[in-house]
Amino acid sequence: MAFLSAHFVAIVFYVLAVLAVAGGVGVITFKNPVHSALSLLGTFLMVAGLFVLRHAEFLGAVQLLVYAGGIMVLFLFVIMLVNVRRLSPDAAFLSRRAPLAVLSGVVFGALIAFGVLAGSLGHPGGGATALQMVQGHVMGNTEAVGWTLYRHFLVPFEIVSVVLLVAMIGAIIFGRKDAGLEGRGGRMEP
Amino acid sequence: MWADAIVTLIKLAVVIGVLLTTVPIMVWVERRGSALIQDRLGPNRVGPWGLLQPVVDAVKLITKENLIPDGVDHFLYILAPFIALAVALSTFIVVPFGQGDGLTLFGSKIHGFIVAPDLNIGILYIFALAAFGVYSIVIAGWSSNNKYSLLGGIRSSSQMISYELAMTISVVGVLMASSSFRLDQVVMAQTGTWLGFIPKWNVFPQIIGAITFMVAAFAETNRLPFDLPEAEAELVAGYHTEYSSMKFASFFMAEYINLVTSSALIVLLFFGGWTLPGLTIPHGWAGAILSLVIFAAKVAFFLWFFVWIRWTLPRFRFDQLMALGWKVMIPLAVVNFLWVGVAMALGIL
Repeated sequence: MAFLSAHFVAIVFYVLAVLAVAGGVGVITFKNPVHSALSLLGTFLMVAGLFVLRHAEFLGAVQLLVYAGGIMVLFLFVIMLVNVRRLSPDAAFLSRRAPLAVLSGVVFGALIAFGVLAGSLGHPGGGATALQMVQGHVMGNTEAVGWTLYRHFLVPFEIVSVVLLVAMIGAIIFGRKDAGLEGRGGRMEP
Repeated sequence: MWADAIVTLIKLAVVIGVLLTTVPIMVWVERRGSALIQDRLGPNRVGPWGLLQPVVDAVKLITKENLIPDGVDHFLYILAPFIALAVALSTFIVVPFGQGDGLTLFGSKIHGFIVAPDLNIGILYIFALAAFGVYSIVIAGWSSNNKYSLLGGIRSSSQMISYELAMTISVVGVLMASSSFRLDQVVMAQTGTWLGFIPKWNVFPQIIGAITFMVAAFAETNRLPFDLPEAEAELVAGYHTEYSSMKFASFFMAEYINLVTSSALIVLLFFGGWTLPGLTIPHGWAGAILSLVIFAAKVAFFLWFFVWIRWTLPRFRFDQLMALGWKVMIPLAVVNFLWVGVAMALGIL
């Protein structure tokens, strides 16, 4: 009991981390695309849990809202519409791209390692309250994220929003084959 | 520390108990209410005014054979009702249901009538979980291996994604006016009156937001006029066509619990929570009980409102539903959000 309460955070962290990685492995090993999508969802949930564990509640909630609530539902939506029950038994058609996959995995791993290293050198001992500080006062994760985003990173933030807007308009233009036909007899079926 | 844990456990037990008890009561209200509206008698054989009908129904559902059809995806088929019920029950832990500040139980502070008092993301947590609730329907629809279930699942996922946007944007105005994500502070910001007689509820300055939120709440809880995912004339029973006994009952209970949560949210966000104009709720247990009664009465009104609308309006067509969501509700929610911003900048609100 004493061990449990002393190492509670560490235990929760390792459980979440192992489950997150397990979800990632599940994505590439399941034969059924719906199962793969759901294991990716599991990974997203565990990462949200990790955010909350580090007192970044706002990031955790946004992770759930955007990834679990929006993006994964769309993935599932598409998989269900094309109705693939199983991938073809000879999964060899992907193995030609294995070198490319290994390369991108290594590059991605190096980037993460670099990020972690730079982060731990740059901000020694950030601590739990670092994510809730606004100008030296402890306020809350939401306030801290808002303050950083709208004060220090306003220009990049606006640029990203313009890029997203362009992507959105592009998606609508690609998606609308019968532009202007809705509501005039042109029915949109699910 | 142990006293805190016990207090939290008691609050959790009370919340879950009340939510689960509301389900049979709401089933009875729905059946008798629909009978009242359609000039019928409704269930009146079991107990006085048919009050024991839900109990009999529950016994029937529990004792029914637990059927798993051939060709379903076993794991996901069984998982889906669990997700529905778990999500529905756990949303309520950030909903405050009365004024309980400064009260103590077993010498430990109870931190207000809310299960998770220190979660400062409050309403965001509810939206995040509600977004997760879509999965129960999508997974149920897909794993049943049935055309009608699949269509119901697909319909509900597109419907819930569409109306979630309108719902979230319509809440932004309230959050701006009360400058907090925490629902107890949203309620605190609505105490007092304007000009001495208009209660300072968000519904008055933000009537557009309130209407958008309520319409979106109907769509999110899959209630008529937006119950396309289970439109029985077209889809048999939609995503739960292949479910029977307690697995079906789990979906059923989740739907009614979501109804309670939606009503509670409407009351908290737009109708002043447990406050009444001209009434100062005293501190201590007497005030706490008074606030509980006021809150329960307001929630009960909106629960009845949901029943009332269900038996009054016909069902939308699917394209009408989508057009309403994207072309009317989202723009209206943005108008509300802009109006609150402008009004706050001008110092009116």
